[in-house]
Amino acid sequence: MSIEPLFCQRFEISGKDFINAGKASTTIKAILREIGIRPAVIRRAAIACYEAEMNVVLYARKAIIELRITPQEIRIQVEDEGDGIPDVGLAMQPGYSTASDEIREMGFGAGMGLPNIKNNADTLQIRSVVGQGTTLEMAIGL
Amino acid sequence: MDGYFHSVKIAPERCTGNMACLKVCPTEAIRVRRGKAVILEDRCIDCGECARLCPRHAIVPQTSSFTDFARFRYTIALISPVLYGQLRKDVLPRTIVAALHKIGFDEACDVACASEAVSTAVDEYLAGYRGPLPLLSPFCPTIVRLIQARYPDLIDLLIPIDSPMEIAARDIRLKKMKELGLRREQIGVIYLTPCPAKMVAIKYPPRKKKSHIDGAIAISDIYHPLLAATGDLSGNASLDGQPVTGSGLGWPLLGGQVSSLRAERSLAVGGLVDVERILDDIENGKLGDIQYVECHACSQGCCGGSLTVDNPYLTRGKILSLLARFGGAPCRDRETVRELYHKNYFSLPGKISSRPLAPLDQDIGKAIEKRRRAQEICKVLPQINCGACGAPTCLSFAEDVVLDQAVLEDCVVLMARQALSVAGSGKDHAA
Repeated sequence: MSIEPLFCQRFEISGKDFINAGKASTTIKAILREIGIRPAVIRRAAIACYEAEMNVVLYARKAIIELRITPQEIRIQVEDEGDGIPDVGLAMQPGYSTASDEIREMGFGAGMGLPNIKNNADTLQIRSVVGQGTTLEMAIGL
Repeated sequence: MDGYFHSVKIAPERCTGNMACLKVCPTEAIRVRRGKAVILEDRCIDCGECARLCPRHAIVPQTSSFTDFARFRYTIALISPVLYGQLRKDVLPRTIVAALHKIGFDEACDVACASEAVSTAVDEYLAGYRGPLPLLSPFCPTIVRLIQARYPDLIDLLIPIDSPMEIAARDIRLKKMKELGLRREQIGVIYLTPCPAKMVAIKYPPRKKKSHIDGAIAISDIYHPLLAATGDLSGNASLDGQPVTGSGLGWPLLGGQVSSLRAERSLAVGGLVDVERILDDIENGKLGDIQYVECHACSQGCCGGSLTVDNPYLTRGKILSLLARFGGAPCRDRETVRELYHKNYFSLPGKISSRPLAPLDQDIGKAIEKRRRAQEICKVLPQINCGACGAPTCLSFAEDVVLDQAVLEDCVVLMARQALSVAGSGKDHAA
C-alpha cells in the first residue's frame, strides 16, 4: 500500500550532536503548524519525533528522519546507522535502558524513550539489525 | 472575541516606514505597506517591543490618559511595585503613595500585598494539583497570548489563579464602596502599568468577562508629575501611611514569583526567545519534574517593561534593596490567605481559548501546496532579509506572495538584478 504523500521532507541528524539535538523535531513541529494540523496531533507527533531524535543523538552514529504527510496521517521514519537493538521487546519495556552513566548524568536514559513513542504514535514499527542500525516507523492519524 | 484589541497602534502620520519594528517583532506581525507599518492583528502578541524601538514614536501604546477618568467620583491608583524602583533610592513606597495623592488620585493602593497573597494561593494550588507538570504562570499577558497562538496545547498548564492587580483592584473597590457609600461605577481603579500588554488583560481579561480595573496609565506618563510631587514631599516627616512590606515587593523581578513560593522545583524564564525554548521543551515532554515555571516576555521581568523609565538593572537593584528592608515582614497572615484560597477567593474558573496562528490554508493539501510554492519563491529571492519589500524575512515575503498579500515585484533586489541583467544583455547585443 503506498499513497502518494502530499508532503515529504528529510532531515539529517548526527549522533552526539547535542548542540543541534531536538532541532529537527522543532522544525517538523513548525511545518505541521504552518499547514494547519490540529494542535493535539502536533503535540503527539512532536513528542514521538523528539524522543526518536534524542535516541539517535544518544545512541547512534547518524540518521535520516523522513516526514511524510498523506491525507490520512503523518508518517515519521527514523533510519539510523548504529549498534542496533539486540532485544526490541526488552527495549520497549518502560524503565529498561542501556544508557551509560554519562548519558544518565545529562538527564537522559530513563528508559522511557521507546515507550513514550509508542504511547504517542498510533502505530510504531521497529526493525533493527545488530551492528547496522535501527529503523523506527511511526504513524499518527490526522 | 471578534477581532483583537491590541496593546499598540500605529500612528500613520508619524510613521516613516523605518524598519526597526519589522525586525524586532518576535512573531513577524508587522509589514511595511506603501511606506507605512501595519500590524497583522492575528499574529501580534502585544509584547510592545516595536513601540519601545520606534525612533519616531509612531507606535503608540494604547494606555489610558488622565482625562479618561474624569467621569469617576473617586479615583484609586493601583501601584505596580515596578514604580517603587523607578525613582531615587531614598524615595520610599510610602512617599510615592503620598505623591500620588498629591497628583490628584483620591487613593493610592499597592499591589505588592496582593502579589504576596497570590504567591500563597499558587503554593496552595501546586500542593493540591495532580495533573501534568510543569504548571505555568499566567500573569504576563504577552506570555498568555503567545501560548494561545503558538502553544495551544499548553493552555491547560496555565494556573487558573487571578492576577495580583485584579485581586488588589477588587479588594480596594469593595472597601471604598463600603466606606464611602459609593456605587461600583462611581469609583475608578487605575493601574499604573510598566507595559502596554496589561491594558489588553484589562480590556479582555482571560477567563472572565470583565476586569476589576477601569484603565491603565503608563509609568512613563506618570513619571514626571510624580517626580515633581515627590520632590516637594521629601523631608516631610508627617507621612503617616503604612509601610509597604512583604515578598510581593519582589514580584516585578525576574524570579520574584519563584522566590516568594514555597514550591522548590520551580524556575523563572525571561525574554521571549528563552520562553519559547522552554515551552518547546515542555511540549517535548521534558521538564515534567518542575512544578512551576514563571514566564515573562521581558528579559528582566516587569522591571524591564516597555513603559518604564529607569534602566531595568537599576530598577532591579532598587527593588532588591526594598525587598531586603521590607520584604521579610509579611503583609498579611498566611493562614488567613490560605483560608481565602480555599473559599475560591483567588481562583478563575473560566477557560482560556486558543487562537492559533492561521495556517497557510484551511485545507491541509492546499496549505502544503502553498508552503511548497513559498519555498520555491524563496529560492529565487536574495536571502539577505533586507526588509525593503516590507516583510521581515525573504521567507515571510514569499509566504505573503503566495497568500496574495504581496507581489514578487516588491522585492527591489530581485528587480534591480533583473534590470541589470537586461541592461547587460542589451550591451552584449550592441557590442
